[in-house]
Amino acid sequence: MHMADALISPAVGGTMLAATAGIAAYSAKKVQNDMDESKIPLMGVMGAFVFAAQMINFSIPGTGSSGHLGGGMLLAILLGPYAAFLTMASILLIQALFFGDGGLLAYGCNVFNLGFYTCFVAYPLIYKKLVRKGVNPRSIFVGSMVSSVVGLQLGAFSVVVQTLLSGKTELPFGQFLLLMQPIHLAIGVIEGLATAAIVTFIWRARPEILERVAFGKSLGGVPIKKVLTGLVVAVVIVGGLLSWFASTNPDGLEWSIERVMGTTELETPDGIHKVFSEIQSRTAFLPDYGFKTDQDDVQNQPAVEDEESWPSVNAGTSVSGIVGGAMTLVLAAFMGWIINILKKKRGKAVA
Amino acid sequence: MSHHKLEARSLYFSYPDGHEAVKNVSFTIYHGESVGLIGANGAGKSTLLMLLMGILFPSRGEVLVGDVRLTKKTLPAIRQRLGFVFQNPDDQLFMTTVYDDVAFGPRNYGLDEDEVKIRAEKALEMVGIPHLRDRAPFKLSGGEKRVAAIASVLSMQPDILIMDEPTSALDPKSRRRVINLLKNFEHTKIIASHDLDMVLETCRRVIVLNEGEIAADGITEEILFNKELLESCGLEIPLSLQNCPVCGTFKSHISHVKKWDLSFSCKCQD
Amino acid sequence: MSNIINSLYNIRLLDDLARKKTFIHSIHPLIKLLTTIVYVAVLASFERHEVSALLPFVFYPVFILSFAEIPVVPILKRVLLVEPLIIGIGILNPLFDNYIVVFGDIVVSRGWLTFLSIFIKCSLAVTVSILLVATTGMDRLAIALRMLKIPRIFALQLLLTYRYIWLLIEESLRMVRAYSLRAPGQKGVKINDLGSFLGQMLLRAFDRAQRIYQAMSLRGFTGEYNAGDVPKIKFRDFVYFAAWSLFFIIARIYNIAVLIGALFTGVGR
Repeated sequence: MHMADALISPAVGGTMLAATAGIAAYSAKKVQNDMDESKIPLMGVMGAFVFAAQMINFSIPGTGSSGHLGGGMLLAILLGPYAAFLTMASILLIQALFFGDGGLLAYGCNVFNLGFYTCFVAYPLIYKKLVRKGVNPRSIFVGSMVSSVVGLQLGAFSVVVQTLLSGKTELPFGQFLLLMQPIHLAIGVIEGLATAAIVTFIWRARPEILERVAFGKSLGGVPIKKVLTGLVVAVVIVGGLLSWFASTNPDGLEWSIERVMGTTELETPDGIHKVFSEIQSRTAFLPDYGFKTDQDDVQNQPAVEDEESWPSVNAGTSVSGIVGGAMTLVLAAFMGWIINILKKKRGKAVA
Repeated sequence: MSHHKLEARSLYFSYPDGHEAVKNVSFTIYHGESVGLIGANGAGKSTLLMLLMGILFPSRGEVLVGDVRLTKKTLPAIRQRLGFVFQNPDDQLFMTTVYDDVAFGPRNYGLDEDEVKIRAEKALEMVGIPHLRDRAPFKLSGGEKRVAAIASVLSMQPDILIMDEPTSALDPKSRRRVINLLKNFEHTKIIASHDLDMVLETCRRVIVLNEGEIAADGITEEILFNKELLESCGLEIPLSLQNCPVCGTFKSHISHVKKWDLSFSCKCQD
Repeated sequence: MSNIINSLYNIRLLDDLARKKTFIHSIHPLIKLLTTIVYVAVLASFERHEVSALLPFVFYPVFILSFAEIPVVPILKRVLLVEPLIIGIGILNPLFDNYIVVFGDIVVSRGWLTFLSIFIKCSLAVTVSILLVATTGMDRLAIALRMLKIPRIFALQLLLTYRYIWLLIEESLRMVRAYSLRAPGQKGVKINDLGSFLGQMLLRAFDRAQRIYQAMSLRGFTGEYNAGDVPKIKFRDFVYFAAWSLFFIIARIYNIAVLIGALFTGVGR
């Protein structure tokens, strides 16, 4: 899942865009200063690779479900953190524009949630530490697994925080967190498995590729520790409040929603129908609309207690709103229709 | 015009794994010549081309373009004069529109945008694809990609064109088009290929590589008729020459071979 | 496998659409990008229960769809594909917000309003993002990004990624096909095969990047991306941007839908 435009406020979106732009500018500078220019086409092609790899489903043993690669950690391992961050940013931009995953306003959130934690927290502080003593299949596996899981956990937490700060949904913090973190634990494990498998293969086939990043020019002489400490401090302060989660796995999310829905259905309180019939008795001509009343947990939270922000409902305004809304849509459709007709006419006239 | 001369002086090259890909290769190619570079897979053609372009540097020997020795220092100036067309146009066309690709080289050499435009349009004109200028490379057909790749090199106005398999993976019509284009270019040309019929048509001179060494260097017709030589190098006589001149069907287009007495024996003549 | 084909088709469609030549296409890319950002930001600024005031924002995508001659169905399909996720998040709202709202004759839980609001916002935001690229194209969007002073290296790398997505997706499609023909009845690639499956693809991508780099440096590339001149913003572009921004702001302040409704129902406030 990506953070979506519909879930965030301009303030959160704008802040995250600014933060992301800052990190991206810094990364671009690093890449330009520290790397040979042959990395630029490599970044481009690796971005395309991750894009393509994300589309390949693989079966997860013992579950009957399938997953796919997110790619953030893989990019960091293959390209180093700065180049990986920029590559992730371009992948996400193309996804937002062409596939509607995320969005323009949420773009900053998505790059931060998927790129920052992976490239600048999980990779240098976990993966590199774990693999430092010696690259071998075991250290690659442990490093990929732990860093992927941590990266995704941070990202998921970040999504929750960004969503709640934006206040565009009603989800309570605790529930949302309990929903997101476990799913992303699963997604993280899958991501770790896939990343480890690919990195191990590369290590066996062409170890020089990994060595070049790990010890090579890409980070030569850069005080990565200092940079990272600074960034981590910034994360603790800013990032604690901002940000999102890494792997794009709709399967996982849908699954957990289903689960939550299932549970709520079980817990449907009896009182709900009573409440509704009371309301019904108050409104004279209540049409028998099929709202999913069994999902409304009215008893637990008395309506009266709820925030005062909701204006007292004025029947007149509401009716105007509904009628006007319908008219607006009709008008818009009509406008489109007229433009099309006019265009066709003009096209004919020209021809 | 000696500055169009391309000279290789006893080139040697070994890959890090110790494989000696090019051994004692020397030749001189003069202005206006078109030279076919042929050899079996792994004969060292691609390595040799990369040595000529300065993508790789020889472990011994030297490459001279004009009278300038190819070194890291002279590389930028020399590359401006050599145009290299990759075997796979997808490697060469990396921008999002054909025009940007064709303009990429001139822009990098700091020309102003008006000059870039003139050059790019001229190059597109030369290969006959001005109508494709705004298209995305990934949506071109194989033949269109190939000529677009050639245009992306022509816009740099090189003196010498070096091509790696310019006709591979093309349908007959596109292949014909590329051959006709090549025949019309006045550039000095080096064409590495397995398509010996194309070489027969477009090149006057042929260099045969075998296991990293020059096995033969001479006039096209002489070499491409030499069955023994070709077979010892993992090649065979061009298809158009294999066909019987009486009952074969592909002979008509190889006009410049007519002067040779085709002394094949064919069952149909018995 | 079908999602791979769908993605290919989608990229190709949007790229084709972006090469049309209509009035909308001729608007400066930066102006279109900024207008879209203003649109999305204004949309996002509505509070979470707002529904009717969002509806006038339909005008903008309809305007573009019509003037830019964009086929409606494929775009809507694309939007629908994104919808399940947002529905997933949105549908939780009625579970957590049970405040009852009465609309004349209709009684709903306020959570449903939030859900509806998110749903509409999402549909509109996704639609305009896709329309932006469908009327501008990646290459011209990169120009807009460059004008926003985005690092050139990022612009170049973005274009390279876009350029090679097509190629690598095609490659992955061929590989998945070849794999599935030898693994009948299996759902996806086995995790045990994944390392070598994606690893091979990755190695080829590495080699390709190497060759691309050679092709670039043979044509004088030294790490500096020299893109051409950027097109100038014309007066007409300013007017386009100003007019739409004005409309968005008015629609943000006044609930146009309610005003229209009032005209017809005679109920003011």
